[in-house]
Amino acid sequence: MAKRIDVGGLNAYYGGHKAIEDISMTVEPRSVTAFIGPSGCGKSTFLRTLNRMHEVTPGGRVEGKVLLDDEDLYGHGVDPVSVRRTIGMVFQRPNPFPTMSIYDNVAAGLRLNGRVRKSELDTIVEKSLKGANLWKEVKDRLNKPGAGLSGGQQQRLCIARAIAVEPQVLLMDEPCSALDPISTLAIEDLMGDLKERFTIVIVTHNMQQAARVSDRTAFFNLAGVGQPGKLVEIDETARIFSNPSVQATEDYISGRFG
Amino acid sequence: MSDVIVDRPTVSDSAPLPPAGLHRPRLPRWAPAVVAALAVAAGVGIGLGAGLSSRAQWGLIAAILFVAVMYAAAARVEGLRQAKDRLATSLVWVCFLLAVVPLVSLLWETIARGIKVLDGAFLSHSMAGVLTIQPGGGVYHAIIGTLEQVGIATAIAAPIGLLTAIYLVEYGRGRLAKVVTFFVDVMTGIPSIVAGLFILSLWIIMLDFSYSGFAGSMALAILMMPVVVRSTEEMLKLVPNELREASLALGVPKWRTILKVVLPTAIGGITTGLMLAIARIAGESAPIVLLVFGSQVINNDPFEGAQSSLPYYIYEQWANGNDASYDRAWAAALVLIAFVMILNLVARAIARWKAPKTGR
Ligand SMILES: Nc1ncnc2c1ncn2[C@@H]1O[C@H](COP(=O)(O)OP(=O)(O)OP(=O)(O)O)[C@@H](O)[C@H]1O
Ligand SMILES: [Mg+2]
Repeated sequence: MAKRIDVGGLNAYYGGHKAIEDISMTVEPRSVTAFIGPSGCGKSTFLRTLNRMHEVTPGGRVEGKVLLDDEDLYGHGVDPVSVRRTIGMVFQRPNPFPTMSIYDNVAAGLRLNGRVRKSELDTIVEKSLKGANLWKEVKDRLNKPGAGLSGGQQQRLCIARAIAVEPQVLLMDEPCSALDPISTLAIEDLMGDLKERFTIVIVTHNMQQAARVSDRTAFFNLAGVGQPGKLVEIDETARIFSNPSVQATEDYISGRFG
Repeated sequence: MSDVIVDRPTVSDSAPLPPAGLHRPRLPRWAPAVVAALAVAAGVGIGLGAGLSSRAQWGLIAAILFVAVMYAAAARVEGLRQAKDRLATSLVWVCFLLAVVPLVSLLWETIARGIKVLDGAFLSHSMAGVLTIQPGGGVYHAIIGTLEQVGIATAIAAPIGLLTAIYLVEYGRGRLAKVVTFFVDVMTGIPSIVAGLFILSLWIIMLDFSYSGFAGSMALAILMMPVVVRSTEEMLKLVPNELREASLALGVPKWRTILKVVLPTAIGGITTGLMLAIARIAGESAPIVLLVFGSQVINNDPFEGAQSSLPYYIYEQWANGNDASYDRAWAAALVLIAFVMILNLVARAIARWKAPKTGR
């Protein structure tokens, strides 16, 4: 199920602007990897290159290799659509489909891909909502619009939607930045459960969160405004937070930055 | 911090601030209504007294009085800032009335004159065998013509327009998109008579087909297409990019994303735009005169032979120039307005029904 990701020499551009430069790292399967770093250093950009969402942005371009268990995502003849089915994504702002009910939102990935068997769908929707820790709150109003939920519930709905298609890797871009501590805790617990089955990558500005949920942490930085972002180091989370090998990492984590 | 707090009383002592508290003197709630009534009365009085014949002048006097008195009263009681607010509000109201007066008077006139001969027989009979100076006859052949011509025009223009808009918003990059946008802009400005002449020279003179409802439909489609493209484009642009990305990130192909996520989100606005475009071409008469020729009898076949249509019928009856035909022209105008009104209502109903839901 869960797969490992090997990135080698990755550059990403927005038109002529190079946003990230020469990133190489390994994301271990069945674990949570956290990306931290100052705003604008290219964490979201890098995350989006991992499931070929970067090229959706006009002018978006990627160089380098991303291997998913030895298969290059940017290789010749690779279909970005099947890449995105294998590597799911949760966005910073909850974005449920406004025309769809809660049920339809969760079922969207399967339905829109044309695999509809009603009884099976019911099971998957229930399982995904339970997986996202939302089932109890919405089980009586599955046919109500998804946009009528609170922000935190919407975010968990989006997580349910993402795990319903059974991806092998789940990318989360600041999934808790708009949430209260209780919803945040629910989502962090959820990540603990999900990593049994998925490989998880999470971008966060919250150091405590990175320390709590992740097994490995990657620190990104950029040399200056307009410069491309780079990977400074990636290591076991415990090591990054106690004894990082680069001074900049320690400065950033301890708040002595810039 | 503590400095600021200590400083504060001295600052407010020296500054000419209004008295403490949040209440300001306000004009009573009924003031605008009363001033408006007085202004209208004064306008009528001055108009009668000075012997001004045009009602428009009376109205103008009343409007100026209303704006001026409201401003003066507000400036006196409420202060200058509120007075400016009142001034803007009164101007908006006056402009609103200026816009509504012609609309209402037009509706009123059409209903008052059109209702006279509008009945079941009028709706279900043609002009076959009716002399133009005789009363009687009907509009059935024109209704059939309008429905068929507008229907065919929509069947041609709506899919092309929709697909063009989807191309421009979802796929269009670079040179081709710019060229398409340019031509759509140019097409928006084509006068209906020119569209008619274009089809006339192409379809009837060069290709040697005869007059038919279909020829008219093609000209109408030319007029309708850019309107559909424009309104659809605007609606698609309103769909947040996050929804597209959410769908793509689920591994949904782009075409399916457009079909299942983007279009349903925008469908309300798209339908409204479409209905307005239909309403617009339903009133076109120039291409019909050139291409459909006009007819007094029922012709159900839009592909063969002359037909009539509502705008053409109105024009024709008016040109006949006698009381019976004037009545018929007004009644047909009423039918046309009702047709457009129904389309608008349908569009609104669809927009409301399809709008993204947010309630719990
Ligand atoms: N759509 C875009 N078009 C052009 N440049 C972009 C676009 N999105 C991001 N960038 C640029 O790419 C660089 C990296 O942005 P990115 O969003 O990846 O940063 P980030 O690390 O996720 O920041 P944050 O923590 O604030 O989310 C920035 O310099 C940004 O200005
Ligand atoms: Mg970001």
